[in-house]
Amino acid sequence: MPYAPWMETVSALRVKSLYKVYGNRADKAMEILRNSPDGDEKLAGLRVTTAVVDANFEVRRGEIFVVMGLSGSGKSTLIRMLNGLLSPTHGTVEIDGVDITKLKPAALRKLRREKISMVFQHFALQPHRSVLDNAGYALEVAGLPRAERREKALQALRMVGLDGSADKLPQELSGGMRQRVGLARALAAGTDIMLMDEAFSALDPLIRREVQDQLIELQAELGKTIVFITHDLNEAMRLGDRIAVMRAGRIVQIGTAEEILTDPSNDYVAQFVADVDRTRILTASAVMERPLGVVDVDSGPRVAARVLRETQTSAVYVTGRDKRYLGTVTADAAAQAVRDGRKNLQEIVSTDHVRTVEDTTPVADIFAAAAQSPAPVAVVDPAGRLAGVIPRVTLLSALGSLSADTGETTATPEPADEAGTAPTADPTRAVGAAGTAPTENGNATAEVPAQVVAEPSVRLTGGSA
Amino acid sequence: MNSADLLPYVRFGDAFQAGVDWSREHLSTLFEGIAATVESLVEPLVDLLTAPPAIVMVLIFAGLGWWLRGWKFGLGTALGLGLVAGMPIWDQTMSTLALVLVASGIALLLAVPLGIVISESRRASAVVRPVLDLMQTMPAFVYLIPAIFFFGVGVVPGTLATVVFSMPPGVRLTELGLRQVDREVVEAGEAFGASPWKILLRTKLPLALPTIMTGVNQVIMLALSMVVIAGMVGAGGLGEVITTALFRAQVGAGFEGGIAVVILAVVLDRLTDSIGARTASAKAQRAMQQA
Repeated sequence: MPYAPWMETVSALRVKSLYKVYGNRADKAMEILRNSPDGDEKLAGLRVTTAVVDANFEVRRGEIFVVMGLSGSGKSTLIRMLNGLLSPTHGTVEIDGVDITKLKPAALRKLRREKISMVFQHFALQPHRSVLDNAGYALEVAGLPRAERREKALQALRMVGLDGSADKLPQELSGGMRQRVGLARALAAGTDIMLMDEAFSALDPLIRREVQDQLIELQAELGKTIVFITHDLNEAMRLGDRIAVMRAGRIVQIGTAEEILTDPSNDYVAQFVADVDRTRILTASAVMERPLGVVDVDSGPRVAARVLRETQTSAVYVTGRDKRYLGTVTADAAAQAVRDGRKNLQEIVSTDHVRTVEDTTPVADIFAAAAQSPAPVAVVDPAGRLAGVIPRVTLLSALGSLSADTGETTATPEPADEAGTAPTADPTRAVGAAGTAPTENGNATAEVPAQVVAEPSVRLTGGSA
Repeated sequence: MNSADLLPYVRFGDAFQAGVDWSREHLSTLFEGIAATVESLVEPLVDLLTAPPAIVMVLIFAGLGWWLRGWKFGLGTALGLGLVAGMPIWDQTMSTLALVLVASGIALLLAVPLGIVISESRRASAVVRPVLDLMQTMPAFVYLIPAIFFFGVGVVPGTLATVVFSMPPGVRLTELGLRQVDREVVEAGEAFGASPWKILLRTKLPLALPTIMTGVNQVIMLALSMVVIAGMVGAGGLGEVITTALFRAQVGAGFEGGIAVVILAVVLDRLTDSIGARTASAKAQRAMQQA
């Protein structure tokens, strides 16, 4: 994550026990809610709508904080309280330590101009003014001279790749382009915080993907603090550094995409994430295992040969100084090196035999590497150290969503006699083997740990992906 | 038993009469001021419109029509107004035009701000709407009676009765236009820290302008119809031509006056309509429909 440790202490945005209740008896409803946190039934007699109930969270500088929920879960109300478009029934919203719920209208407007901008679901561009004028709207409001405004607006349009359309009217652009104008308008404002209210929901799936990519790119460059509202779980998982799941006005869980996938706080969240394409969310680090056969590059080929025998694998993983991953040595190469009387593995270590992926690679992108590697794929961390390995069966297990906790599925046993033999080409057997994994899990791992990462007999088939 | 015995006779008329009497007694300075203002607006305008020869005025209008709507409409304007100019009622037509312009100008000066106010406040809207209903459905002649009472006969009561009669659509369509502005666009203005005043001037009014222009068009059309009725209180112009023809049962003269009104109405309607179509937001709407 791009933020420095000292910044974590001062959140960009802090929300404390925030409530929004609509209706004439809002005060009474607040009292009930405050006294019994789950007292929704008691509100039945009152004609009130509880849009947001007891929201508490902090948004760190430079992170994308996604608020996800179905329509009617109160997320749009929540985001509108973050910049004071709606005033809360109870609670505080702090931006850089200033409680905006206490600000007078003029001070609130000043704060919006300087600190917090917004991107809207249906773009909310001014149809009677040019793309350039729209992009420079915040600057016009702030009273910047025309020339300076123009220049900054053009710069923002360039960032989103629309400087060529500056003189067009918004209606002459496609939906995706219009939302990029909306994004440029927020960027040109130059605020540290950006609120994005279902910003990509009105776009076609393909265009949405494109704009999401663009946002990720821009974010890597600019490091804004973004609060992103969406009802699309995949979008949330794709964009969010952290995700808050909302249901019926309450935030039911806050965590990273992986935390929410692997450890849902309740049945609702679990059900919600059931349909997610896990292979896109889970990264290599979530499914990788401890490599069994690791040897130092300075140890001799005999050590490597012995480890290979003990672990009954076809290759050992070789690390150098600072545990940096160098490559693998196969059994054949080790035997040859012993015969040649080599002192270390320096010359025979190779990265051709086994593919390497980074620990942040989505599982979906590991399949090709796994298919090309006879031994489990090596996973390296950003420093280049060997973080773990991923056998093919592990990938299949993750794919099959056999268990919410992927940790349990990592050790899928294979019959020992198949190790080293020609891979079976029967896909039904492969899926069957993975499918029975959890039940066999306990005893199999305990008894035959070596076979776990043995030459897998499972061939990955395109159909099962 | 007679129903009149059961149900009370609420003396609206007496109350209204009393109100008018009181106003005339205590607010005479105000009415004199209004009368002076209206006269100072109408009379120079009548002089201006009747000063050049009829043919010059016809050509000016034709040119305006050409510029705003194209050569076909310019030609049509020339033919229509040429027809009127050929009749011996050109001066009356021009004075009717002056009355319409002044009356609808005053009506819009009142209607647009009122429309803005009631678009912002539901409560104000709830108060104003029934009043607008009353103004619109009250038979037009009824306005003339208190108007004469306050201002005597002449141009002033005719103009003011016209203002009252023609104002409602201006208020209503201003309110409608402003309420129709995309909520999210207004919200965007707020989110970027624009003041309510700035949002009104730079966002809401420009976006509501095509609808407001429809209101302007309606106000002018209503003013034109009322100005003829105002002829009965000596407002002059085509109204006088028509009422005189009515009292003297001159079918031909009445028809000529009527035709002049129709031609004037068509020209004014198309001209104001095309001004509305030339606003930036109307262009934006067309661009949206094409896309």
